[in-house]
Amino acid sequence: MTAHTLSVLVENTPGVLARVSSLFMRRGFNIDSLAVGPTEIPEISRMTIVVNVDELPLEQVTKQLNKLINVLKIVELDSSSAVERELMLIKVKTDPQTRGQVLETVNLFRAKVVDVATDAVTIEATGDAGKLSAMLNVLEPFGIREIAQSGRVAIGRGSRSITDRTLRAVPGTQAS
Amino acid sequence: MTDQTSEQLTGAQSLVQALEHAGVDTIFGIPGGAILPAYDPLFDSEKIRHILVRHEQGAGHAAQGYAMVTGRVGVCMATSGPGATNLVTAIADAYMDSVPIVAITGQVATHLIGTDGFQEADIRGITMPITKHSFLVTSADEIPRVIAEAFHIAGTGRPGPVLVDIAKDALQAMTTFRWPTELALPGYRPTTRPHGKQVREAARLIAAAERPVLYVGGGVIKADASAELAMLAELTQIPVVTTLMARGAFPDSHELHLGMPGMHGTVAAVAALQKSDLLISLGARFDDRVTGHLPSFAPLAKVIHADIDPAEISKNRTADVPIVGDCREVIADLVVMLRKQADDDDVRGDYSAWKAQMLAVKAKYPVGYDKPATGLAPQTVVERISAIAGPEATYVAGVGQHQMWAAHYVDYERPRQWLNSGGAGTMGYAVPAAMGAQVGLPGSVVWAIDGDGCFQMTNQELATCALEGIPVKVAVIYNSSLGMVRQWQTLLYEGRYSNTDLNTGPESIGARRIPDFVKLADAYGCVGLRCDSEADLDATIEKAMAITDRPVVIDFVVERDAMVWPMVHGGASNDDIQIARDLAPVWDEEDI
Repeated sequence: MTAHTLSVLVENTPGVLARVSSLFMRRGFNIDSLAVGPTEIPEISRMTIVVNVDELPLEQVTKQLNKLINVLKIVELDSSSAVERELMLIKVKTDPQTRGQVLETVNLFRAKVVDVATDAVTIEATGDAGKLSAMLNVLEPFGIREIAQSGRVAIGRGSRSITDRTLRAVPGTQAS
Repeated sequence: MTDQTSEQLTGAQSLVQALEHAGVDTIFGIPGGAILPAYDPLFDSEKIRHILVRHEQGAGHAAQGYAMVTGRVGVCMATSGPGATNLVTAIADAYMDSVPIVAITGQVATHLIGTDGFQEADIRGITMPITKHSFLVTSADEIPRVIAEAFHIAGTGRPGPVLVDIAKDALQAMTTFRWPTELALPGYRPTTRPHGKQVREAARLIAAAERPVLYVGGGVIKADASAELAMLAELTQIPVVTTLMARGAFPDSHELHLGMPGMHGTVAAVAALQKSDLLISLGARFDDRVTGHLPSFAPLAKVIHADIDPAEISKNRTADVPIVGDCREVIADLVVMLRKQADDDDVRGDYSAWKAQMLAVKAKYPVGYDKPATGLAPQTVVERISAIAGPEATYVAGVGQHQMWAAHYVDYERPRQWLNSGGAGTMGYAVPAAMGAQVGLPGSVVWAIDGDGCFQMTNQELATCALEGIPVKVAVIYNSSLGMVRQWQTLLYEGRYSNTDLNTGPESIGARRIPDFVKLADAYGCVGLRCDSEADLDATIEKAMAITDRPVVIDFVVERDAMVWPMVHGGASNDDIQIARDLAPVWDEEDI
C-alpha cells in the first residue's frame, strides 16, 4: 500500500466534513491525515486527504467521494509534481547544558522557537513528512514532551489551478 | 398557481406548495409533534392524498412500492425522533435497491437541536450512510429550493433515497414561496450519455465473442430499457440472465431467457455465466449473491460493464470495457453500433452453437420441485397464483424462501411486475410495499407473496389498506417457520432448529394458530381465507381475485420442509451449484 494525497474541493456547507469522513469509515478506508480549510473562493473549501491504499481501492474511494453531492472535484497530487507541507509544534525538554544543541537543531532544520520556558522550548517546524520525521529523530534524545501536528496540505507545482474551472460551475462565484 | 408570489405564508404552507410543484400526489406518513405544522396545510391540499399508515416503516416501504411501479419519486413523512428512526429500515432498503424516495421528517426547533430535546434524533447523521443525499432545513426560505433539489437528486442518475429534515420553527416561520427555475447542484452531474468510443469497443468485443451472456440487472428496469434490451437480444441472439432485481426486464417466456443467476439461480443462468467468455453487464452490480466466490466467478469471461454509477464499475469485478451511462441509451447505442458493424464491415458474432448448448442446459435443468406426499407445496401455490392472476398483476415479496419461490415460479413478462427487497433483504417489505404499489396502480391486481415470519413484521398496514380502500391480496406462505434460516440449519447445522420454529399450527396436530391469520384478517376488516390442499387451491385464488373492494389475506398452509433449489452455498463457487441436497448437475461433454 502507498500513501496517496487527494485534494478534494467541496461546497462549503455544514455537514460536508461528516459526509466525507463517514464515507471513508463506511467503505473501510483509513484516513492517514485530513486537513480542511477555505480556498480563494468563499463557497468552496479544500480538503487534503492522505489515504494509504492500493491503486484499485483508491479508484473506488475516489469514485465514491465523487458521488457525494457536495464534492465538486477530486485531484490526486503526486508528490513529485506538488508541494506538500505539514506543520508541527514540538515541546522539547531543555536544560542549560542541552539548550544550545536543541537550538542548533532548530536552525539546521530551518525551524523556529516560538516559546521558551526554563526547562523547555516549543519549536514550530514546517516541511514534508520526511523532514519532520528526521527532525524528530534528532530531537528525541533531549526528551519530547508534547507534539501537535497538522494534517498535510498540498498544492500542485506550476501555474495551473484546480479551482479555476470548478468555481465557474458554482453559482454566485466568479473567476477572478 | 404562480411560481412566485409576494404573499406571506408559513414554511409549512410553502412545503405543501413545493410538494405540489414537485408533482407529488401521494404521501405515506404519520404526524407527530415536530412535523405537526406541515400536517395543517396538508389537510387542505387538493392535489396531495395523505395516507395515514400504522407504522413509519410501512410509510417508507409504501413509498418504495409506489416508486417501483410508477417510476416516479415516492414520498413518506414522519415526525422527529422515533418517527424518523422508524423510517431508517425503509431508507436503507431504498438505498440498496436504488429506489427513488424522498423522506420528509420533522425536526425539533433549531434552538433545541443538539440539546437532546424531546423526540430529538440526529436523523441526518443516522441516515448519512444510507441516503443518496440529505438536507437539514432550519430556515423557511430554503424549503422550496431544498424540495426541488431533493426530488431531482432522488429521481435522476442512479435513483436513491433523499432525506429532508425540517426544523419545526422553519415550518412555523413566515416566508414567501418561490419555486426555483434552476437547480444549483454543481457537484451533481450524472453521466447519462455513454461514451461513443466505449460503445464501439463493446461492440467489437461482442462481435469477437463466442459465448457471450447478457447479464441484466435492476438498472435496466430503472432506466425503462426493456424494449431496447429486447432489440439487442433479438438482434444478437445472445442468451439473457436476469438478476433478482431485474426479473421482468426480459420476458420469461422468451427462448433466450435462461432465468435468474446467483445463489438460488437456475442451472442454465449460473452455468452460462461460469462458461461465458464475455459478460455484457447492464445495470447489474456483481453482487455477492450473484457471483458467489468472486475469484472463481465467470473465470473465462471478459467483462463489458455498463452502469449509470461509475462507482459500480470495477468495484467487485474488473471491467475490460467500462461504460458509464443510462442503460437505455447504452443499449440503444450498442444496437446501432452492432448493426453498423454488421452492415458496413460485415462483422457479426455467431453464437448459435453457444445458444444451442445453453438452451439444452435450460431444457435439461428446468427449475422444479418434488411435490410432498401429503400437504401443499409452497411452489405450487406461487405457480397457481401466477397462472390465475397473470403477468398484468404486480407481485411483491418479502424476504426468504417465499421470495425465491416467487422469483422462480411467477412468470415475469414485463418490467415493474416484480417488487422485492433484494439488496437489503428486509423482512416485512411485502405488505407495505404492495400497499404502495396498489396506490400507484389503482384498479390493478397486486399480490403480496409473503412468509408468515415476514407478514408478522408489518401486517399492521392491513388496517391502512382496509380503511383507505387499497385492496391488496396477501398470500401468506405459512410454514410456521423462519423458513430460509431453517433451510440453512437443515443443510449446515445438522437440523438443529435454533429459534426458527414459530410454534404455530392447526389443532389437528395438537397446536394452536398464534396468530390465526384468518381471524387476524377479519379483525383488520379484510377477507381472510385459508387453503391447505391443492384441491382447493385454484378455487381459493379465484375467490380472492373476485374480491376487489377490500384486502384479502390467504393463509396457505404449506409443507414446511420444502427447500429452495438450486442453491450455491454461501462463499462457494458457482461451479458447485446443487439442484437438490447433495445433488450436482451432471455435465455432459457436449453440454459445455
